Amino acid sequence: MTNLLWLQAGSCGGCTMSVLDHGARGWVRELQNFGINLLWHPSLSEESGEEAIAILDDVAAGRTPLDFLCIEGSILRGPNGTGLYNRLAGTGRTMLSWVRELAPLADHCIAVGTCAAYGGVHAAQPDPAEASGLQYEGSILGGVLGPDFRARSGLPVINVAGCAPHPGWIMETLAALQMGDFDESDLDRLGRPKFFAKTLAHHGCERNEYYEFKASAEKLSDLGCLMEHLGCKATQAVGDCNQRSWNGGGSCTHGGFSCVACTSPAFEQTEDFLKTPKVGGIPVGLPLDMPKAWFVALAALSKSATPDRVRQNATSDRVVRDPRRGGHDE
Amino acid sequence: MTRVIAGPFNRVEGDLEVALDIQDGVIARAEVTTTLYRGFEQLLSGRPGLDALVIAPRICGICSVSQSIAAAAALRNLAGGLAAPNGYVAANIAHAAENIADHLTHFYLFFMPDFARAEYARRSWFEQAATRFKAVSGSGSAAFLPRRRRLLEVMGIIAGKWPHSLAFQPGGTTRAIDVGERVQLAAILGELQVFLEETVFGVSLDEILAMETPAELSSYAERARGDFPFFLTIAADLGLESMGRGPGPLLSFGAYHDANGSFFERGVASAGGALAPLDVAAISEDATCAWFAPTSADPALAETLPEAEKENAYSWAKAPRLSGRPAEVGAAARLAVSGHPLVAALIAEGGATSVRTRIVARLLEAAILVHASQGWCRQLRLKEEFCAHFALPDDAAAAGLVEAARGALGHWVGLSEGRISHYQIIAPTTWNFSPRDAAGVPGPLESALSGLDTGGLGAKSAALQHVIRSFDPCMVCTAH
Ligand code: SF4
Ligand code: SF4
Repeated sequence: MTNLLWLQAGSCGGCTMSVLDHGARGWVRELQNFGINLLWHPSLSEESGEEAIAILDDVAAGRTPLDFLCIEGSILRGPNGTGLYNRLAGTGRTMLSWVRELAPLADHCIAVGTCAAYGGVHAAQPDPAEASGLQYEGSILGGVLGPDFRARSGLPVINVAGCAPHPGWIMETLAALQMGDFDESDLDRLGRPKFFAKTLAHHGCERNEYYEFKASAEKLSDLGCLMEHLGCKATQAVGDCNQRSWNGGGSCTHGGFSCVACTSPAFEQTEDFLKTPKVGGIPVGLPLDMPKAWFVALAALSKSATPDRVRQNATSDRVVRDPRRGGHDE
Repeated sequence: MTRVIAGPFNRVEGDLEVALDIQDGVIARAEVTTTLYRGFEQLLSGRPGLDALVIAPRICGICSVSQSIAAAAALRNLAGGLAAPNGYVAANIAHAAENIADHLTHFYLFFMPDFARAEYARRSWFEQAATRFKAVSGSGSAAFLPRRRRLLEVMGIIAGKWPHSLAFQPGGTTRAIDVGERVQLAAILGELQVFLEETVFGVSLDEILAMETPAELSSYAERARGDFPFFLTIAADLGLESMGRGPGPLLSFGAYHDANGSFFERGVASAGGALAPLDVAAISEDATCAWFAPTSADPALAETLPEAEKENAYSWAKAPRLSGRPAEVGAAARLAVSGHPLVAALIAEGGATSVRTRIVARLLEAAILVHASQGWCRQLRLKEEFCAHFALPDDAAAAGLVEAARGALGHWVGLSEGRISHYQIIAPTTWNFSPRDAAGVPGPLESALSGLDTGGLGAKSAALQHVIRSFDPCMVCTAH
């Protein structure tokens, strides 16, 4: 069996809440199916107080081998680098010092969620708690473990980004590592597993037809594309949110609100999340790999070809016009 | 007198430490410490008002819908607007789903596993408790977690995703539900009802909803088979009805609001059962024992600025007070304030809340909410809008007062020139796990622990675990 230790640093607990959604007989049994033993998890384990500290001490002293170290939450360095804003209760020590001690002992070090990966929402200005990710601070390599950190396997910190991450992203990362079929080439340039970061959150959005015709929603609850006016960043954020779906069939854009790019470093620095910043009427944040001139030309062309059905539905909260031959008013 | 520092307390949300002075095995004094501070109030200040809908839910991943609807309610009140009727109803269904999931997660994953601890090996019910509720390996969690997953599909339909959704807006919810989706919601709730009836309660929901007296509860506990009656058997054997007594009064902000009021009522109940209206202006927060700079006690004016070196402080949580006194919040308070006969009778019988009442209230509430959600589902008018649209004023102040699963949650918000000039949050666990105030008055958990017999086991005693977990604390909400 492989040992997994999960610790919560400056977190909201949401990553744990998310992953508990995984597994036909519960997440812990799902882990067991893959030969992973939950050594200790703050939300799930029986051991409390001294018994829990003994588990951590055994790992720190090398008496218990540590295969996976999962950290949920930002590492808080405040005030003034002391880490005192986040002590691990009962141990008299900061989470900052625990993480620095345990991470090099693990075969794999996994940042669960955007907080542990890049700092997350707690790092928003004015960053009161001096929040950092494990190996990144925003998109800058470094973090509390340093740019050269490698877990014992030789891999850098694996960033299962997302706020919260999809339960499948967390579980599949753990299982893929356990199956051994995973190396540095399976991570993108910000340490995110490519199996969910190889596409944009925009891919597969049910509003893709509206996007193509630049038929845009004007207010929340409209069916049209949310990019032009309502701040949708899914053309700039990685994720398979709209392909695998959340909670049995949902996603942000399916729910009627914009992608806020929660898988991206520094997503929290955005202001006015649900408004699209524009210059000269053209959105500032264009699709990642699209030249601006092309975007403008294509948008003009596609707007002129928008079927009435698409145009009308785009500014309604439900389909007011069904598909029919021709697509334009007779 | 020995002093022990107990922690980490796992199977609670977030990080909790308790310092105990123990005399002859009995707790003489408890000091509750929240060990995490992230600074949400500072993160929110200076931003455009609507950004609260992105930032505030991220205070807590377990009650993110509660945080969302508190923020949305505060913004709506700032604008003096009303949500679309469907928006209130859809938000209530999603909120109820989160709260039911929370209550059952607490029962199966956090609270019950303590009865499978070796300390109880000689009890007649131990074998069964260990098989069913042993942490990680018990059959109870294997039965429950797939049901939780199915229940949270309500979020996929109404809220897009969970946790941390932007579907909850001042004007309502962002997705109009159609005929097919209403059927899907009804199917999910129907399946949950079957799980509750077959596995949790062992009797029909109607029977649970009809229970009014402690005598009916006892006779049910004797005759029914299910996880709840099993808990009641253990509770009777261990005397949980007199363990972890709350100091009262009990406070509720009212839950599942619409334009006309709320499904659970707002108010205050004394331990004896007397009900009184809530005076919101009587709510204050004392920072004497918190690592924060001195500030106004009024949440509409106060700041939350850390001061890590402060003398005599021992927690990152302030001490909320109602008319200068601590108050207990949570499902027991909510149902007592709403006049639930059984909960009121259990509290009156013992003269206080207890470990048992808190658990009983949570499970009763789960039953009530499944039933209520089924009604709300039918109430949706599918041809009408789900989201009203209005602009926020540039300068205004208001509060959003709602209930999370763990109790009263308030967001006090001020806008100035369109930006957040002031944001203060008082979370449920801040009430329950409050430190002492300037007068030295302990918070509800601190007083519930004092006098507890640890049976010579000190910090390891299961009783200590029961009392703490009976409040279902959420430490990430507490100091935020
Ligand atoms: S709403 Fe967002 S994700 Fe959907 S099509 Fe438009 S830009 Fe893409
Ligand atoms: S759609 Fe965007 S904001 Fe939503 S979960 Fe995916 S990456 Fe995060």
